[in-house]
Order: sequence, then structure tokens, then C-alpha cells
Amino acid sequence: MTQDTLRQRDQRTGWFLVIPALLILLLVFAYPILRAFWLSLFTQNLGTQLQAEFTGLTNYGRLVGDSRFWQSLGNTTIFTVLSIIVELVIGLAFALILNQTFRGRGLVRTITLIPWALPTAVMGLAWAWIFNDQFGVVNDLLLRLGILETGITWLGEPTRAMFALIFADVWKTTPFIAILLLAGLQSIPKDLYEAHAIDGASPVQSFWQITLPLIAPQILIALLFRFAQSFGIFDLVQVMTGGGPAGATETVSIYIYAMVRRYLDFGYGAALVVVTFLILVVAIALTAFLLARARINVSGER
Amino acid sequence: MPLLTLENLRKQFAPDVIPVKDISLTVADGEFLTLLGPSGCGKSTLLRLIAGLDQPTQGQVKVGETDLTTTPPGDRNMAMVFQSYALYPHMTVAENISAALKIRKIPSMEIRQRIGEVADKLGLTHLLDRKPGKLSGGQRQRVALARALVRNPDVFLLDEPLSNLDALLREQVREELKHIFNAQKKPVVYVTHDQTEAMTLSSKVAVLLDGRIQQLDPPSRIYTHPANRFVAGFVGSPQMNFLALQSQGGVGTLGTLKLPLPNGLGDRPTVDLGVRPEDIYLTPTGEEPTLKGKVTLVENFGREQLVTVQFGEGSSKIRAVIPPEQEWSGDHVGLSLKAAKMHWFDSKTGDRLSPT
Amino acid sequence: MLKVQSPTTTKTLISPGRLLLWVGVILMVGFCLAPVLWQLLTSFKTNAAISTIPTIYWPNWNQLTAAHYIGLGGEFLRYMGNSFFVSFISTCLCLVVGAPAAYSLARLKIPGENIILGLILIVSLFPYVLLFLGLLEIVKAVGIGNNYIALIVPYTAINLPLTILVLRSFFQQLPKDLEDSAKMDGYNTVAMLQHIVLPMTIPALVTTGILTFIFAWNEFIFALTFITRPEMETIPVAVAKIGGASVFEIPYGPIAAATVLGTIPLVILVLLFQRRIVQGITAGAVKG
Repeated sequence: MTQDTLRQRDQRTGWFLVIPALLILLLVFAYPILRAFWLSLFTQNLGTQLQAEFTGLTNYGRLVGDSRFWQSLGNTTIFTVLSIIVELVIGLAFALILNQTFRGRGLVRTITLIPWALPTAVMGLAWAWIFNDQFGVVNDLLLRLGILETGITWLGEPTRAMFALIFADVWKTTPFIAILLLAGLQSIPKDLYEAHAIDGASPVQSFWQITLPLIAPQILIALLFRFAQSFGIFDLVQVMTGGGPAGATETVSIYIYAMVRRYLDFGYGAALVVVTFLILVVAIALTAFLLARARINVSGER
Repeated sequence: MPLLTLENLRKQFAPDVIPVKDISLTVADGEFLTLLGPSGCGKSTLLRLIAGLDQPTQGQVKVGETDLTTTPPGDRNMAMVFQSYALYPHMTVAENISAALKIRKIPSMEIRQRIGEVADKLGLTHLLDRKPGKLSGGQRQRVALARALVRNPDVFLLDEPLSNLDALLREQVREELKHIFNAQKKPVVYVTHDQTEAMTLSSKVAVLLDGRIQQLDPPSRIYTHPANRFVAGFVGSPQMNFLALQSQGGVGTLGTLKLPLPNGLGDRPTVDLGVRPEDIYLTPTGEEPTLKGKVTLVENFGREQLVTVQFGEGSSKIRAVIPPEQEWSGDHVGLSLKAAKMHWFDSKTGDRLSPT
Repeated sequence: MLKVQSPTTTKTLISPGRLLLWVGVILMVGFCLAPVLWQLLTSFKTNAAISTIPTIYWPNWNQLTAAHYIGLGGEFLRYMGNSFFVSFISTCLCLVVGAPAAYSLARLKIPGENIILGLILIVSLFPYVLLFLGLLEIVKAVGIGNNYIALIVPYTAINLPLTILVLRSFFQQLPKDLEDSAKMDGYNTVAMLQHIVLPMTIPALVTTGILTFIFAWNEFIFALTFITRPEMETIPVAVAKIGGASVFEIPYGPIAAATVLGTIPLVILVLLFQRRIVQGITAGAVKG
């Protein structure tokens, strides 16, 4: 026992230093999630005069038949998949550009960071203004280019509203992906390209055979972060469309928020939280699994 | 009176990672002990065990009669000089030197006086207000040394303090170290892989291999009476020549070479002979054992020549150090080995065999 | 000194590759700046100029005004003050709580270290909408609605994972000898953290602090839920409310002005600390 006291002293200090952070994390992350699991077994809404009544899995039964939930889940999926794909492609293009040497690169890199840093809620308003039916600059530009003959409704039409949301989200989050991928690009040794070029490969071949495989881990990490954020998208939608028109852009987050804040249905809201949480956990676990495999592949090749 | 005592120290990180295996030794006041060995021999781990930066799996570290095995490093009153110097980059030289004193709540008057003294001794007075980033390698080294000296510790620990200096500076600092530590009375434990440092600085050298002490002796004895083949080969440059001899009836043979074996080696079929290159002469004296061979390589160091001679069936080589001006004719030469300077080792265990 | 000039800029024509690159750069810069510049332009146009069709891109002096900014008035400065207060305090708290935890997880080898790290990584992926219901209950139960504690604590928490991961990776890069040296000098772990480790990692603390400040400034859903007194609102909520305030006539000018004011502090942060932000984002994600 006495042999280990120095080590034990270190560990005691270690716990002492880490515990405040853990407590805050437990309070803000673990408690609300666990609480949601518990609360989802109760009915607590205006019908019960906001008193919690134990009703078992009733909320989950209701959820299965709740077409509005399924629609919001579908909307969220469409939004997430499309925005992430576009962001990855544009983000990679950004990263490739920023990886070149050219005059003013520092300034350009700074500029590309700006969308990432600005508040989503605030810029959501800016985008709503840009996509405005009457005075929006998008309509004006399309008219001037001769693509449209009359101005069209953007945020009032289901497909176009979704398009506008995805466009705004791509604007906002592409820089984040670009930064991650740029870090990946910068970690690839130059001589790999030189050796490949000497072997007779074209730059395009080098891109597919060297660049992409070697930044696969960064792509997956970006995917993981972006998936989680995108799946929980709230501020942008709330500010730009409020979930409309007629629920066409309502995401799961918007629905949960409305269920709790507008309909005051806490029990059902908790059930929605639980289901969303579980979907996310499964998806994240899957991505993390792929990530682990990609890392092994990459290190195995080198 | 022995001040620093290590008793049966052992450090085990994993079942098959045991950098220190059962080491016991003492370092008395005024003694300068060098832990010498190749990388991975456990010398640095041993130093960290003494310092308290690592905890031994078994055994004890004592200073005087006090058992310090579980005492935190800061409470052991030992000072350590690190290979990288480990100066605090955000503090000035003076702050670096005084950090430990401030923690010990020594009055600021005394701190200032002690900084002044040590800075004066090491020629740092004009650098006291600088940050380490603005110092040369040699100056940093001195600050690290000052930081240890200013504390008047019970034990000094030095971990390869010269290895980050270039060759010229190293020689100069080595001299300074010798002066400084000769002038004070506390035990010093010094880790190095450099035999020159070990030979010149120490009053005692512990040669380590595989976490065990191979030999613990004054430097001259390490050189003249190496305890085994490893020590013999590790200490001395150019390296000692080793010849594996067949032994029969008191005569050792290697190809055409025949040597009378000294008494007391015991009855054994083979024996290893070790001869240092400087104990071999190019001119046969007629009295010493002689061997004939062909010169394959001459390296002139200016101060001496190192001659490599191939002999026997062509597979054996022996190297001799000879005066720079010595000349010889033809490729074929005869070498005499100084009988009094021969070392004998068991060919299996490598242990030294002592003739009677 | 010889001046070396690249031949492409002086004599020969720009190669197709360079041309493509510059087209890409221009598109990229345009894409990133256009919405911001458009808001800036709108915020200075008179109401008449704003609602002129076709759209005015180069207004003359008569079509320009500062009225929208003046109209926002001192009230808006208060929102900025609110945002600054909440973001600053939560950033400080986050560093005070996160740095020791990061150090512990980097060096002190506590049992369960990997589990803790894994959990920290996972919670950093949680959307906030999953948390607001449970937090709302706590806020109500403790009675801290319309109290900045209800924002500061969650903001600290949502930024802790990033803070811990980034700082941990910085601590791991510190040479270990320095800490050993500090131990020999007699510092205990807490004093060592305070006097040796943290002063040496000030750049990392600044990096993390900037990120947490930005995230706190931008947070929307908690601010929308826990703060209902108008004069206590933070920038994102206050701006969003201007957008939803009037049913019949949407005040585009004031919205644009509010957007510009609300984002200026962040643009300044980006301009000043671009390098650190990039460093922080990559350290946070790649280490995870």
C-alpha cells in the first residue's frame, strides 16, 4: 500500500481537478437526457393540467402514429443529407484552393472564416431578406440574368424553402469543413505527389489515388460533427421559415421545441427527445465505427 | 558516512519491461557517482527513482537515516539538472533560479544574496533579467546548474547535462563541473552514456546494463580491471580487442597464435582474451607474445595511429594504437601484446577471470 | 540582394492552372462575403431605396441613410453588452474549470481516463434541443429564469468538451521535463498548474477562449428559452425578435443594421485571430 502513495496522491489530485468539469457536464448533458427518458413515461400536458401522470409507453405509441413527427424526421433527413453532401464538395474545393500558394492567401483564409463565426440566428434573417419574394436580391439577380421572367416565392413554397435553408446552411458551415480538410491536406507529404507524378500520374489521378484516401479520416470527422449539428438544426430554420410553409421545413428540433413551448406537452416532448437522441446515437456510433476502420486502413497503407 | 542509500531498487512498468532490477548502492558526502551505460540500460529511470519522479516497485531510497521512498520529489531536498535544462520559458533567469527558494518561503533578502553568489560563480550576473529563450545553449546549461546549486540540496542529480552542447563547449563545461562539484561536499549522481565524462568527473562509476550494475568502482579501476566483457568493451576508446582462444594444457591458441595462459584461469576449453589497442606494440620485443598479420587499415588521428591488422586465417582482426611518427615497411607486421595488460574473460558468462 | 521574381507574374501569360485557381479564389471570396456585404448595403439604404424594384446596387447619396442604426438606439448597445457579459463570464468559467480537467486528463493518469474522454467527445455532438427541456425544468425549479446564471452555466458546459480536448492536446505537447523540474523545485500539482503550466500555455488559452466566446455569443435556443425579459436578451434573440416584431411591414432596414452590429464583434475577432481560430478548430476535431 505505502509503495503506491505517490501515484495515489497524483490520482487524487487528478480527480480533484477533473470533477468540477464533470459535474457541470453531468448537470447540463446527462441530467436532461436521463430526465427525458423518465418523463417520456408520463403524460404531462394541458389535458392533465400539467400534472405528470404515469402512462407507460403511451407517448411512444402516439409517436408511431404521429405523421407530423415522421414528416419532420423526413425533412431533417433531407436537409441533413443534402446540406452535408454539398458542404463536403464545396468544402473540399475550398480546402484545395487554400492549400495552394497565392498572393493574399492569409486574407482569403480569414474571409472564408467569417461565415463560420457569425451567429446563425442573425444570419438566418439576412438570408430571409436575400430570399425575399418582393425585394429579395436572389429574384433580382435571376431576373437580370434572364433565368426568371417574374419574381418567385422562395420561402413560401415547400421545395424552394428547403432549397433556401440548405443554401444558407451550406454558406454557414462550409468553412468549418474546409478548415478540417485543409488540415488533412497539409499533413500529406509533398514527396508523395512528386513520386506519383514521376510514375506518370496526372494531377486528377493523384487527387483520386492520394489526396482522397489520405484525407478520408478528416472527411469522416467532418461528416460526424456536421451530421450531429445538422440533425439538430434549430436556429436557422426557426428564424428563416419557422418550419413553414405548412410544416414543409419543420425539422425534429423545431417540432420538439413547439411541442414543449407552444403546446406545453412535456411528456410527449420528452418522448420525442428520447427518440431523436437514440437515432443520433446509432448514427454516431456507425460513423465512429467507420472512422476507426478508415484510420486503420490509412495507417495500414503507409 | 554514506548519505544517499539505495536498497534493492526495482522498477517494473510491465511484466517484461523492468528497466531497473535490484540495484543497491551508496553515495557518501563528497562522492561523485556516475551512472554509465548505453541507452536503455536503466540509468535514467534509476535517477528518476532517486529523485522521486517515479515510484520504485520495490526497494528504498534513503538520505542519511530517512526513508524517502514515498516522499514527493519536492520534499526530498534534492536538486536535478535536466538534459533539456527544463528552464521555465516565461520566467527570467533570476526567477528560474529562485523559484524553488520562493516555494520554500526563504526570506527575499537571503534569496537575493544566494542568487547573487551563484550567478557570480557561474558568470550569469549580466543575464539575470533575460528570459531563457534569449540565451545560448551554454548559458542555459549554466542557468540549469545555478538553479540546482542555489538550493544547497542534500543530493545533486544530473541527467546527461552536457549532451545538448557542441563538442568544444562540452569540454569546457566539463572542466567547470569538475571544479564546482569538487568544491562542495554533497553527494552527486550523474547520468551519462559518455565514458569520457564518466572517467574524468567521477569518484565512482556504476556501469549499468539491463537494469543491473555490472561494476561499481573508481574510474581507474573500471578501466584497468573491468569486471566483465561488457564493461571492458564499453569503457575505453578505441574499443578493447577480444580474441577467443582455444585452451589446452595451459596454452591458448587462435590459428597460428599460441599464448601461454597465466595460472589460475581454471580448466576450460575456451577463454576470451582482451587487450586494449594501446597495449599492443608494432615492434616485436622478443619477450612478449607476438602475432603476425597483414595491415588492412591505417587511421591517423594526428596524436596517434590506429592500425588494423588481419591475422590467422584472415577472419580475425586486431587493432593497435601506435605513435604517429612510427613507420614500418611492407604490409606484413608483427605485433607484441603486453602480457601484464591482458584481460581474461569466461567465454560463456563474460566474467573476468583473475590469474593467480 | 538579388531580387527573384516569378516569371509568371512578369513575362509569360498566366497558366491555365493559375487562371482556374484565381477564378476559384474569387468565387470563394464572393460566396463568403456576398450575404454580409448585402446586409451592410441594405442597412445604409433608405426605406424607399430598399423597396425599389429593380434592386439598387449602387445607391446615390439621397438613397443612403444612417437612420436605421440610429433607430436601433441605445437599446441595442444594451443587447450587445448582455451578450458580451454572458459570453465573457462563461468563457472565463470554462477556462477555469476546463484547464485543470484537461491537465488532469493529459498527465495525471486517473483511472477511467479513456471513458471520460469518450463521454466528453460524445456529448460534444449533442444538439442543444435535446437538453433544453430538462434544463428548463431545472431553471424553473431553482427559480433562475431571467437570471444570467441560466445561460452562463449551460454555455460553460457546451463549451467544456471543446476546451478540454483542445487544451489537453496542448498540454500533451509540453515537454515533460518542465513539469518534472517543477516537481523537483517543490511545486505541488495545483501550484505547478498555476505558476508553470498555464503561463506557458497562454496562447492555447487564448485560442480556446476565442472559440468559446464565439460559440457563447451565437447561442440561440437557451437564450430564447430561459430569458424572457426583453432588456436582458442577447444579440441573436434580440435580432430575431426585431425580425418577428411587426406582422405587416417587415423592417428590413433595422434588421440589416442589427445584423451588421450584432456580427461586427465576431468579424473583428476573426480578423484578429484567424490563425488561432483555425488552430483551435483543427485541434478540437482532429484530436477527438
